[in-house]
Amino acid sequence: MKRTQKENLIKGFFCLPASLSIFFLLGIVIVLFKEGLPIFKVTSLKEFLFGKFWYPTYEPPEFGILPLILGSFLVTFGALVISVPLGVAGAIYISEVASPKIKESIKPVIELLAGIPSVVYGFFGMVIVAPQVAKIFDLAVGLNAFTASLILGIMAIPTITSISEDAISAVPKKFKEASYALGANKWETILRVILPAAGGGITTAVILGMARVYGETMTVLMVAGGAAVIPRSFFEPVRTMTATIAAEMGEAVAGSTHFYALFAIAIVLFVITLSFNILADILSQRFRKRLG
Amino acid sequence: MVDIVTSHHSPVTSKKEVKISIRNLNIWYQDMQVIKNVNLDVEKNKVTAIIGPSGCGKSTLIKSINRMLDMIPEAEVGGTILLDGQNIYDMDETFLRKRIGMVFQMPNPFPKSIFENIAYGLKIHKMFKSKQDLYFKVEKALKQAALWDEVKDKLDKFALDLSGGQQQRLCIARCIALEPEVVLFDEPCSALDPVATVKIEELIEDLKKNYTIVIVTHNMQQAARISDYTAFLYLGNLVEFGPTQKIFTTPQNKMTEHYLTGKFG
Amino acid sequence: MNSRKVKEFVGFAILRLATFLILSALFIILYFIIIRGIKVINWQFLTHKPCEGMTSGGIFPAILGTFYLTLCAICFALPLGVAAAIYLVEYARQGRLVRIVRIGINNLAGVPSIVFGLFGLAVFVKYFGFGVSILSGGLTLGILILPVIIRASEEAILAVPNSLREASLALGATKWQTIYRIVLPNAIPGILTGSILGIGRAAGETAPILFTAVTFYSAKLPTSIFSEVQALPYHIYALMTEGTHPETQIPIAYGTALVLLFLVLGIDLLAIVIRRRARRRKW
Repeated sequence: MKRTQKENLIKGFFCLPASLSIFFLLGIVIVLFKEGLPIFKVTSLKEFLFGKFWYPTYEPPEFGILPLILGSFLVTFGALVISVPLGVAGAIYISEVASPKIKESIKPVIELLAGIPSVVYGFFGMVIVAPQVAKIFDLAVGLNAFTASLILGIMAIPTITSISEDAISAVPKKFKEASYALGANKWETILRVILPAAGGGITTAVILGMARVYGETMTVLMVAGGAAVIPRSFFEPVRTMTATIAAEMGEAVAGSTHFYALFAIAIVLFVITLSFNILADILSQRFRKRLG
Repeated sequence: MVDIVTSHHSPVTSKKEVKISIRNLNIWYQDMQVIKNVNLDVEKNKVTAIIGPSGCGKSTLIKSINRMLDMIPEAEVGGTILLDGQNIYDMDETFLRKRIGMVFQMPNPFPKSIFENIAYGLKIHKMFKSKQDLYFKVEKALKQAALWDEVKDKLDKFALDLSGGQQQRLCIARCIALEPEVVLFDEPCSALDPVATVKIEELIEDLKKNYTIVIVTHNMQQAARISDYTAFLYLGNLVEFGPTQKIFTTPQNKMTEHYLTGKFG
Repeated sequence: MNSRKVKEFVGFAILRLATFLILSALFIILYFIIIRGIKVINWQFLTHKPCEGMTSGGIFPAILGTFYLTLCAICFALPLGVAAAIYLVEYARQGRLVRIVRIGINNLAGVPSIVFGLFGLAVFVKYFGFGVSILSGGLTLGILILPVIIRASEEAILAVPNSLREASLALGATKWQTIYRIVLPNAIPGILTGSILGIGRAAGETAPILFTAVTFYSAKLPTSIFSEVQALPYHIYALMTEGTHPETQIPIAYGTALVLLFLVLGIDLLAIVIRRRARRRKW
């Protein structure tokens, strides 16, 4: 009897840390809303989301985050244009074409690429890539959406490659066998059987890569140029939501409208990433079910 | 250790038409020899069954015929296999596999619709002239596989939602849609219930008119029911090969007799 | 060659090219940072404070600060993460609670790092009154790496074969005894890998410590967990954006970046090696 009581006690003890992650997630939501909602006393949700001007320190201030939202989406889109083809192609190569030996040596390299801190990517972008971009495209400064997309694209590749590779490797061998037995070659099998079968998993990979880029702060803060205006081309400086928070929170006085506005941006940021993640979750579960 | 007689020469006489001819076939997996100097002639438009206890090399033997063994990098093949007198290793393996179809132990439809499963090989080999022609060929294959009546209203449904027996007939349809000359069956009923098994057996009986069939099975009754010739394989050796009737009634070899009477296996 | 073979050849060539581009991205980044960073690194650079308005001197306070922050983060996240993983694998019945917890872990892992920074600012710095300090920054980083550690530990615990658990239980051991004496010892390599990856992640993050722990320059080294600190990632950022003498500060930033890369990638490599060793083990 005493022994089972002790066991139950231990079980209860372990339950606590397990629920902590939920607790922290809820904590984040509560904090963001508590510190962010007061901004809507001075501006409406519509003005906030669709306002074209972000002048938080002017008198009177304007809190329109449309340029920031567009900035975030522009660099995310640019990064995906680079990272999706490269990342997925790399994943196919690693799982289907490379010999086991090559595979074993490439996978850690991809992991290292994922391990490089974002501030180092940002630094590299500032000192190496931006001057080159400026030179090639004949611009005064190379810090713009294009450069940011380039760097962010590289950053998203490890996520996309490793998750796609898992998805491709999870395609049962029997499908490949069936295809080869019908006289298809490797390339035809990859295009017509493996990729469609792994499609759900690859989509998950792309969404998670997108979430990574979209939530990235330091790189865009350093490389994207930082102008909070609605971008008209890839070669103009842009400012994302993340970069705005990072750049301005240091100067915003706690309890000021500027402070609230930055937390409100974080709400928008959080809600969008949350939906990316939930979408990825649903897709990957469906993917697993489909392959049965 | 029981005495193992080396391979008999084929009893097939010259006037019968030989479709596949296996000569001095040896197969190794690294250091282990799994097929030992096998000689075997497969007659055209007949059913040849390969029987033997599990692990005797049946699957390896049948997979060597359409070069699916190429997929296993550590497998090494010696000897020759001729299809209509031509060495299969001189052919493009994709073309070889179009001519020699295969049905696997576990039903393996693609995670696509029923229609797309059949259309797959036709598309790969560009075997249709128009959309109607493609549809017609899919329908024909499904009819030949006796699956048409069950699926004609749901061709766009997901193939993996079919029952096991239906999936296996779909795989047969997918295979014969390419109009192969030979169809290899690798224990096609081992994952199926008795009712589904009967259907597949009837189908094989039916297919024999148009195709040369090789079937691997561990079920001796099945071999007796559907095959014209039976080969008994034991530990990689072809112990006995002849007309099914003869093998089952008057086996020449003691090993074969022991196996058929259930003394081991 | 027929057209099918040509297509296959071209297709594979494209796949190879893509993989080559990915790999070269890593090597280009490493190349520039190593070549230019190595020039400024010497013993003095690693052991001295910055001087003359950050235009010369070393980065010792930043190294120390990153060490303290990471230590604080792992001390917070490791026990919690391992305990959570034990609960999820060994105790929880696969029901609604586990599903919700798992959704929580997945989503926590996806929250942008700057949002963690805001959370840390509002909760640790302001609400608990820890101020801008090692403690605030360490806890913020700890929450950030919690999902990494939970997932790795979960995987490691799941990989322990059930036959071992059954053997222990059949000898009359309680569940906890089985976990403590059989499961955990066998899961250690995996848990270690996870925590090392967590350390690497924590050491390299900037955004979460931006408002919770760091300062560009402090005259003295930290004296307690309530001191604000310099940190390697922030040091790079600050040199590049707040610096006033790029000609002397960019080389220092290169050196700092190399030290940070060396630390973080070294930690990651260690994790990869440990994992490979553990995988080779046969049950």
